[in-house]
Amino acid sequence: MPEYAFYINSSACSGCKTCQVACKDKNDLPTGVNWRRVYEIEGGGWKEENGVFVSQPYGYFLSLSCQNCENPECVKACPTTAMHVNASGIVAVDSELCIGCRYCSWACPYGAPQYDQAKKVMTKCNLCEDYLSIGTKPSCVMSCPMRALDFGTWEEITSKYGTGENVFPLPDPSQYKPGIVIKPHRNSAMTRNDKAYIAENEYK
Amino acid sequence: MGSDGIFYTNRRSFMKWSAILGSSFLGRNSVFKEIFIPYNPEKPQDNESKIIRTGCPAHNCGGRCLLKVHVKDGIITRIETDDRPGDDISDPQLRACIRGRSYRKRQYHPDRLKYPLKRTGKRGEGKFERITWDEAYEIMYNEISRVIKQYGNSAIFIPYGTGSYTNLNGRWPAVRLMNLLGGSLGYYNSYSWACTNIATPYVYGTLNTGNQRQDWLNSKYIIMWGWNPAEMKDGTNSEYFIRRARENGARTVCIDPRLSMSAIALADEWIPIRPGTDAAMMSAMAYVIITEKLTDDDFIRRCCSGYDSTQMPAGCENEESYKDYILGTRDGIPKTPEWAEKITAVPAATIARIAREYATIKPAVLYQGYGMQRRAYGEQTVRAGAALSAITGNIGIPGGWASGLGSQAGGEPFWSVFPSGENPVKARIPVYLWTEAIIRGKEMGPADGVRGVAKLDNNIKLIWCIASNILINQHSNINRTAAILRDENLVEFIAVQDNFLTPSAMFADLVLPACTQFETWGVEDGWKYGEEVFLTPKIVEPLYESKSDYRICADLAKRFGVWNEFTAGGRDEKAWAEWIIDEIYRKTRFPEMPAFRELEKSNAGVYVKPVSKPVVAFADFRKDPVKYPLKTPTGKIELFSKPLHEMNNPEIPAVPKYIQEWESPFGKEAEKYPLQAIGHHYMPRVHSTHFNNEWTSEAFPQVVFMNKADADKRKIKNGDIVKVFNDRGALVARCRVTSKIMPGVIDIPQGAWYMPDKEGIDRGGNINVLTTERWTALAKGNPQHTIMVEVEKFKG
Ligand code: SF4
Ligand code: SF4
Ligand code: SF4
Repeated sequence: MPEYAFYINSSACSGCKTCQVACKDKNDLPTGVNWRRVYEIEGGGWKEENGVFVSQPYGYFLSLSCQNCENPECVKACPTTAMHVNASGIVAVDSELCIGCRYCSWACPYGAPQYDQAKKVMTKCNLCEDYLSIGTKPSCVMSCPMRALDFGTWEEITSKYGTGENVFPLPDPSQYKPGIVIKPHRNSAMTRNDKAYIAENEYK
Repeated sequence: MGSDGIFYTNRRSFMKWSAILGSSFLGRNSVFKEIFIPYNPEKPQDNESKIIRTGCPAHNCGGRCLLKVHVKDGIITRIETDDRPGDDISDPQLRACIRGRSYRKRQYHPDRLKYPLKRTGKRGEGKFERITWDEAYEIMYNEISRVIKQYGNSAIFIPYGTGSYTNLNGRWPAVRLMNLLGGSLGYYNSYSWACTNIATPYVYGTLNTGNQRQDWLNSKYIIMWGWNPAEMKDGTNSEYFIRRARENGARTVCIDPRLSMSAIALADEWIPIRPGTDAAMMSAMAYVIITEKLTDDDFIRRCCSGYDSTQMPAGCENEESYKDYILGTRDGIPKTPEWAEKITAVPAATIARIAREYATIKPAVLYQGYGMQRRAYGEQTVRAGAALSAITGNIGIPGGWASGLGSQAGGEPFWSVFPSGENPVKARIPVYLWTEAIIRGKEMGPADGVRGVAKLDNNIKLIWCIASNILINQHSNINRTAAILRDENLVEFIAVQDNFLTPSAMFADLVLPACTQFETWGVEDGWKYGEEVFLTPKIVEPLYESKSDYRICADLAKRFGVWNEFTAGGRDEKAWAEWIIDEIYRKTRFPEMPAFRELEKSNAGVYVKPVSKPVVAFADFRKDPVKYPLKTPTGKIELFSKPLHEMNNPEIPAVPKYIQEWESPFGKEAEKYPLQAIGHHYMPRVHSTHFNNEWTSEAFPQVVFMNKADADKRKIKNGDIVKVFNDRGALVARCRVTSKIMPGVIDIPQGAWYMPDKEGIDRGGNINVLTTERWTALAKGNPQHTIMVEVEKFKG
């Protein structure tokens, strides 16, 4: 079992990216470094029949940071032990040891490790450990105008919300055991029969 | 991103702007090097980190949220939001959005205006030199005095604007100053709600047609018609209230050309509709409701006027009633779903089903967004929607909604409380017609919507534009506006007062650096909804030489010899904030709220009155329309309006009608310009504010959204740079090919900064190079979403 879990209510997420920026503000992250990222998934298409559209384009959003996996690929991939599990059970980077080789970012299936060009080191979400230590939830969770995010120990979150579902475009969780519980948007069911894609990746 | 560098999806500075635009525009201007040095805090004031609670410097976003601002050594180091325990639905946390949370990137932007600037080149060229405040005040004093002497006060105009402002800052103090000096040309109405502001009262006699929002939790069916609260806000927590309403069992439908953020997060069903045809679908819904006898006959009989021939107002007995129009009794066109299908592109069966659902799953809300009234016949859409609420009797009941503007009943927030005084100049123009008042003010009278006088006695000769980008960026047809402003024989003097050298400031003769709302005192209200008032204290010192809008006006007042009157005996910003809380709020809206000093000491940032029993608009009227008549001529809900009938104008029908827009896919213009373009309110900014914020722009870069079918036809691929154009102008932007917008329609999010290249093509992606200055018939409002364009791959 993972130590901690984020609850991500994708069915309520509006894709507003407040969580993404709340994280940037708290952690002073430059442009291009996003410890929390909101993915915009879209798919479906349009068909015209007698001048009207019978259409089923669809979309939903998925806000992800670091899932603090029980089997962290990033830690395994790091040649210097900079990426490690710290005393609180949080997957963290030791910037003193980081040589900026980026192996962890290639290994992580969630895009969580974020390379800081200026500092030449890998950085990532630290679950707002400083907030946790004073009994406050992470900045991203506290920011969400839709109240679509929550955080706690795995037990707390799963007893409140169940274990959730895995949705496109996330990999099969059995290998990594990520600490996330997702309440899917109804549209994520559409991705089973249709080629959905992450919108941002397509044009940035 | 292409290597051509015409897009700045991330860090955009003016230095880069000048590089982008080439030397002819900004590049040779050495003063920029000096102005745009990065901020370097000089003397730390204290070492302790403090947390100060305040209102978000909101800029007309539609919300008012609470910020927890961390300050260390006189610098804002972090911005958090409302974390008051409870988060109960009667008093939910006022959680800030991406714009509020990224405010540090605006506050400490290297491009903040630092000193007063005087124009050196031609107007609009963007060449300035640094001057002192003393020189700046001297220029202001001389120009205002000269124009008053030469033309009179009515030649001076302080435009509409919703940039960096509160109830104490922005244009209010300047209006107060001008009123002490003999006044200035007034205006009425707004760019946000032009048509609904004017049309709603013709139906209801009021703008307060909304229930308090907690009441949505009592609703069973909610139509979000062109309404996108998750993105544009329309009240902090509006989107959250809809989420809670759904959890309470409401079914939600979103009708919108775009699969908007709200359509995804808040709706059970999304129905794409062709822009500008909403009144056709509304009329067809009425047809189904009427012919299938789903009307609330008792409500219509008691509370409405003009529904059918039995209830026409005196003198109009033989005119076409609402029902006549819907059934086609007079014009021979029954407004059937099949008729509407061809216009709206919504399948007839869907129209009929939504009509039945809306009329039978009660109580129901039909919420009108405002984009669809910023159109050629926006007034018709507003009234057609209100008519549906009326004939189904969804008015005056918990869980219902009267449609129309929807300002909350039972305690509307105050839009302005700063006492700007009485304007000795009685003339007021429709806010949208200020460029007309520049070129032909003296010809303008009531036919152009002028109020207060029979004819204007002046053209506008002096503009003092404060916290506003209306001067060029947000007004229609930028190329036309730019030509008007460039002509120094028309407007003889332009001063712009703002935080940045905005596209509007580029057209100034004098630029005055205003501080941000974190750097002065202010009071904010809960916008259209909400039962709260924010105290926004001065948190940090104004950067560089910037000053508060109030301070600038007070300094000027001194030169004009009216300082004592202007400052009411010496009040500074804080003293005014105290006066506003203690003398206005505590004596009117919130008698129970703490006094200013307590509020300040408590560091609460906001006073909230919880809403446990939401007020329902028109409840009394519904119970007893004779005892509680509306402020309409008949005292009833007017489906037929005699005053409108008397205008005798086919563009202003007495009953709400669908009218084909003047630029439409059905018109001849579509041969040349086959695509409809709309400009929705975009998440990363509030109108044009925050366009230069690197965090919000990183999250949401400026793009043109286009359906794949339209893109394929033009061989445009996702991410290509495209040119969007019509006879009025052209812009260049990156294209996002998406399934989230209907074919035939593109979306150019409004508010991008206008940055013309040497050929006059806008490189910022500002939709207003394509929009028309033509105004709507009744409201004289802005129809900025009614435009036809063509798009091609950009070869530049
Ligand atoms: S937990 Fe903290 S560091 Fe991690 S994504 Fe959320 S705000 Fe950022
Ligand atoms: S703040 Fe909430 S609603 Fe907005 S993107 Fe993040 S999770 Fe989604
Ligand atoms: S909704 Fe408006 S007031 Fe609230 S945080 Fe966003 S910009 Fe600020």
